Amino acid sequence: MSERVVRVASGQGFWGDWQEAPKLQVRHGPIDYLMLDYLAEITMSILQKQRERDPTSGYARDFVPLIAGLAPDLIGRNIRVVSNAGGVNPEGCRRALFEALDEVPTSRPLRVAVVTGDDLMERLDGLLADGHELRNMETGEPLAAIRERVQAANAYIGAGPIIEALRRKADVVVTGRSTDTALTYAPLMFEHGWAADDWDRIAAGVVAGHINECGAQATGGNTLFDWRGVDLAAPGYPIIEMSSDGSFVVTKHADLGGRVTWATVSEQLVYEMGDPAEYITPDCVADFRTIRLRDRGENRVRISGVRGSARTGMLKVSLAYRDGWKATGTLVYAAPDALAKARRADEVLRARLRRLGLRFDEIRTEFVGAGACAGLAPEDLPPELVQALPEVELRVGVRGENRDAVERFTRELAPLILAGPPSVTGFAAGRPRVQEVMAYWPALIDRTAVEKELRVEVSHA
Amino acid sequence: MKVRLDRLAIARSGDKGDAANIGVIAIAPGAFPVLLEQLTPERVKERFSAVCRGRVDRYELPNLFALNFLLHESLGGGGTVSLMLDAQGKTYAAFLLQMEVDAPEDVVSACDMVRSGKEPGRPV
Repeated sequence: MSERVVRVASGQGFWGDWQEAPKLQVRHGPIDYLMLDYLAEITMSILQKQRERDPTSGYARDFVPLIAGLAPDLIGRNIRVVSNAGGVNPEGCRRALFEALDEVPTSRPLRVAVVTGDDLMERLDGLLADGHELRNMETGEPLAAIRERVQAANAYIGAGPIIEALRRKADVVVTGRSTDTALTYAPLMFEHGWAADDWDRIAAGVVAGHINECGAQATGGNTLFDWRGVDLAAPGYPIIEMSSDGSFVVTKHADLGGRVTWATVSEQLVYEMGDPAEYITPDCVADFRTIRLRDRGENRVRISGVRGSARTGMLKVSLAYRDGWKATGTLVYAAPDALAKARRADEVLRARLRRLGLRFDEIRTEFVGAGACAGLAPEDLPPELVQALPEVELRVGVRGENRDAVERFTRELAPLILAGPPSVTGFAAGRPRVQEVMAYWPALIDRTAVEKELRVEVSHA
Repeated sequence: MKVRLDRLAIARSGDKGDAANIGVIAIAPGAFPVLLEQLTPERVKERFSAVCRGRVDRYELPNLFALNFLLHESLGGGGTVSLMLDAQGKTYAAFLLQMEVDAPEDVVSACDMVRSGKEPGRPV
């Protein structure tokens, strides 16, 4: 008897990822679960703003037509979906999904679970009154300093509610701020029956989740090893084949592009890594130094040996707060002397801003094409390189408390087209947009304060 | 011999708040000791002197023949606060790999063999 593996496929690595990927994962070969990760820190505050304007919104809208379109395949192939597409409004997401499913003939109704309780926005003052200070993990400041400006507050929740939803036979699990990796390891814990204190196996699931959570970044996207040789037109996204002992294979559908090698998997393993000895999740602390990685030939990488330790008593909370305004504008200057022209334009612009008496917390000028990615000043480049630049993009950003000043700045770029240095173009996109700055406030909270409010509700269309 | 780091290693970078992380992975296992010796936190900090205002922490993952660097205060405030073109440090990996390092010839050729597909990069 061959050992049973559970296959969890990654279909989205962020909100805005390739819409074809989840369809290909479902239709190009066998999988058991499709995990769709939509959330990043900034995403939550965007969704919160959307919900303020329209109470029916606040979730990843792409998810709804995607799942409605896939529903017959999901039922026919017995594939279940786990996603944090719910954002700050998982119920609204389900409502929209049920409406869309009304138009789709399926052999049986799709059972959809909604997980709520991660959203702390409405409980915030109560939590503070109960002594949960939500101090900034990095600076130690208490939340009171910025309480009035908080725009979103969500606890990163773990596997518990997802496992409950699967036990209650949900075909689709919609959560809010589930930890990205939990979207992969929760179904693995459920299928293999791993105990909640089986730290090593859960840690293996966390490593699998880390590989899955950025989509094609584990299958050749962004690889620096032979990037020319990877076919990325229709890449297969990663698929985890997990055994019950916690060892697993990373692979992809054979007839799709992309590539799975020691290099593509190692690159994703170190992505957004902090201390590898302590990769903290709500359900265990994984030690990435224990990963054993073996190249098993054609698009198969095997991982084993992962060790973990007990989960902590705290959950991470991600808060976003309003922190002023910003805008960034660009103009392009052509050779000869492209950089010198761009620099002169910057001087003229700054003189005009001063003349208007506008004050900002920061003005930043970058010369794109002349080292801006690494933050280099043009002086850091060899003069002969600077002289040879065919064009340079001037990129100026301002940030400050005063929205009017930022707005005024956005009107000072276009005048440089006629009243500035020569050989300028690249202004077709129009005036820069004023954006509200959302600053990030990471905090910790006693897990019981969150977990007692977690709810799982399963229903069908 | 003097070589560009990308002859010996691949890398990937990203953000953790206002810190940038750069994971550097030896192409052939034999290049890992060279990374350990050459890629000190001080040299990495110097390489990123234009953006890195804080300290640089180095972590070792010998199992993956990799090092992980955390460059604190290197993203202009991080997240949406930052006005930087690369506010998430996505291109920092490639910038680090253009640095020049010293490596024994046999290590360089071992990496070249993996690059050309003549040797496997990792045990099978």
